[in-house]
Amino acid sequence: MAYLDHAATTPMLPEAVEAMTAQLTVVGNASSLHAAGRRARRTVEEARETLADALGARPSEVVLTSGGTEADNLAVKGLFWARRAADPARTRVLASPVEHHAVLDAVHWLGEHEGATVEYLAVDAYGRVHPETLRAAIERNPGDVALVTVMWANNEIGTVMPVRELADVAAEFHVPLHADAVQAFGQLPVDFGPSGLAAMTVSGHKVGGPYGIGALLLGREYSPVPVLHGGGQERHVRSGTLDVPAVAAFAVAGRIAAERREWFAQEIGGLRDELIAAVRAAAPDALLGGDPAPAGPDTLGRLPANAHFTFPGCEGDSLLLLLDAQGIECSTGSACTAGVAQPSHVLLATGTDPDLARGTLRFSLGHTTTRADIEAVAKAIGPAVERARSAGLS
Amino acid sequence: MTETPAAPQRRLRVLAAMSGGVDSAVAAARAAEAGHDVTGVHLALSANPQSFRTGARGCCTIEDSRDARRAADVIGIPFYVWDLAERFREDVVEDFVAEYEAGRTPNPCLRCNEKIKFAALLDKALALGFDAVATGHYAQVVTDADGNRELHRASDMAKDQSYVLGVLDDRQLEHAMFPLGDTVTTKDEIRAEAERRGLAVAKKPDSHDICFIADGDTQGFLANRLGKAEGDIVDESGTKLGTHEGAYGYTIGQRKGLRIGTPAPDGKPRYVLDISPVNNTVTVGPVEALDVTALTAIKPRWCGTAPAGPGAYTAQLRAHGGETPVRVAPADGTLHVTFTEPVRGVAPGQAIVLYDGTRVVGSATIATTERTTAAV
Repeated sequence: MAYLDHAATTPMLPEAVEAMTAQLTVVGNASSLHAAGRRARRTVEEARETLADALGARPSEVVLTSGGTEADNLAVKGLFWARRAADPARTRVLASPVEHHAVLDAVHWLGEHEGATVEYLAVDAYGRVHPETLRAAIERNPGDVALVTVMWANNEIGTVMPVRELADVAAEFHVPLHADAVQAFGQLPVDFGPSGLAAMTVSGHKVGGPYGIGALLLGREYSPVPVLHGGGQERHVRSGTLDVPAVAAFAVAGRIAAERREWFAQEIGGLRDELIAAVRAAAPDALLGGDPAPAGPDTLGRLPANAHFTFPGCEGDSLLLLLDAQGIECSTGSACTAGVAQPSHVLLATGTDPDLARGTLRFSLGHTTTRADIEAVAKAIGPAVERARSAGLS
Repeated sequence: MTETPAAPQRRLRVLAAMSGGVDSAVAAARAAEAGHDVTGVHLALSANPQSFRTGARGCCTIEDSRDARRAADVIGIPFYVWDLAERFREDVVEDFVAEYEAGRTPNPCLRCNEKIKFAALLDKALALGFDAVATGHYAQVVTDADGNRELHRASDMAKDQSYVLGVLDDRQLEHAMFPLGDTVTTKDEIRAEAERRGLAVAKKPDSHDICFIADGDTQGFLANRLGKAEGDIVDESGTKLGTHEGAYGYTIGQRKGLRIGTPAPDGKPRYVLDISPVNNTVTVGPVEALDVTALTAIKPRWCGTAPAGPGAYTAQLRAHGGETPVRVAPADGTLHVTFTEPVRGVAPGQAIVLYDGTRVVGSATIATTERTTAAV
């Protein structure tokens, strides 16, 4: 088996499994005052400090959630509601059109049900939002912008956004910027403090932690209106009894992901480059999606673990089926509607022809990826593309 | 003729069409158990795949797609959803509407087998390297002494679905697999088998209706598509007896729902004898006038070589109909079929499937009928 779908989820790190199982047998609600509660709270707060450290944030800026989707919803809806409550004129939401559905659909919902005016920021052929685009959008009426949301790096095509420059522009106009950093965490330096972001989403299971846990990094001056009301945990922003085992394991995984980031970019990025070369050699007309440059100190580039291709004349689903039969597990990269693959909104936003956009594959590498996985792809991809092309587009 | 089971010795790559129902789930499970390399596929056939339906069952909903996926997961086979909605709309739904508009009575399931399951789906499957498409139909494919493929009725006549497969030609049959065809069993036993295999669809209700008509209201569907077109209901002499809101709403042999105020002079019930889209009239009359003695059918398709001359066969005229002896004379791309005994309720547009014993010989689409009484 060659598992090359780490952007969907990546195996839990043994250290995280250990931390989680150790907590599973311990009783204690972190909100309780007795000894068991205090012990649980200590575990949670240590985990919060660890995560803050891994993410260049203060512990109080870590709001634990049930995952990336919840953190995105809390940021987008919560900040919108809070900003509008403070100033009813602020109803404009600026978003990149290549966001994950957790952001995109939340923004769309605000437009449909909360009277928000949603504006999508133009992206270039790599799917990147340029700071001047954001500036022009805000300048049209700086007084009515509720928030801006632009992901740190794209989950499908891997393009990295100029988050710091975008945050500078937003800060100039005192507009909060949220970034979904679910894919960036562990692959790029995502220090929340220096980033200038108001809010940033991270997720546990994408960095070797468990499912069902994530966090919204939230600047202390921001108080989004809660999506979940209840016991007032997590700065009264996110109620709900904390999942102590998941929190503890997330912290361990997050710490290790941050520690190994440079190794990951070097080693896994190197394997990714080999994969791109192998695919291009076997299928010369394959188009690499996103920014072809590697991420570096001076270049934004692409995520080190992402390789996204479009194969003209092929159905992505056919390729998936053929590779799956060879034990290669990857993704088309786009969302499904009732299981039916739809052309990716990301590719459409970059100006890709809709028919072409149906023939995509995303390979995403991770901490368990080996050269044997790449060799398996190198061997299988040529015949698979040929066969999928003969089956055509239905 | 030596009949050997079609079940091949070698391991085949099989694409199992999974509707989300119990039959196709058990069929896929049996193919996998037989040692084949099976991949499940659910066909998304509805233009609006997000529509949830309650009560009625078919093959076009998220629930069905999920049921199929769940079954595939239990069987332990890969599963995909293929979007054939556009092809289905063109080849099945639009054809269905056009046929009714022309005063004929189509069978969309037959059309779907011909154009979708054993054409669009099969072609894609073959291109992707599969050897066969498996479905949950009750019919048998056997190989004769010369290695030719033959389609036969299911072992269990009560469950037989060879009628809706009668349109398949040699090439299609060569790649067709019906794992339920040799089952002599009741539906309850198939359900028990599904239960035993841990398939949650074991208790799912059967599908009866036309899958693309969500609420089962064919008249409403046609009215919506074709609009109201008032016309006359007349008797055999042409005397107006009432009005209708669209001739497409009637089927030859229909008795109920005619809403004619005046009773027939002899007090006997009246039946739809003819539908004329040209002058938008529906002709009604006594039951005897439905007796058909012969018919002409077009677009014959043969399972194997076409017969050289006239022959005697048995014929089936609708999905759950019985068999009737016929003489068939092929001529110039049409078939002239003579019934030994008159049959009732034969409508142009329906398929006639010819059998030699249990073997499907071929099929054709009924174009015109000849009646014992005054021709209408």
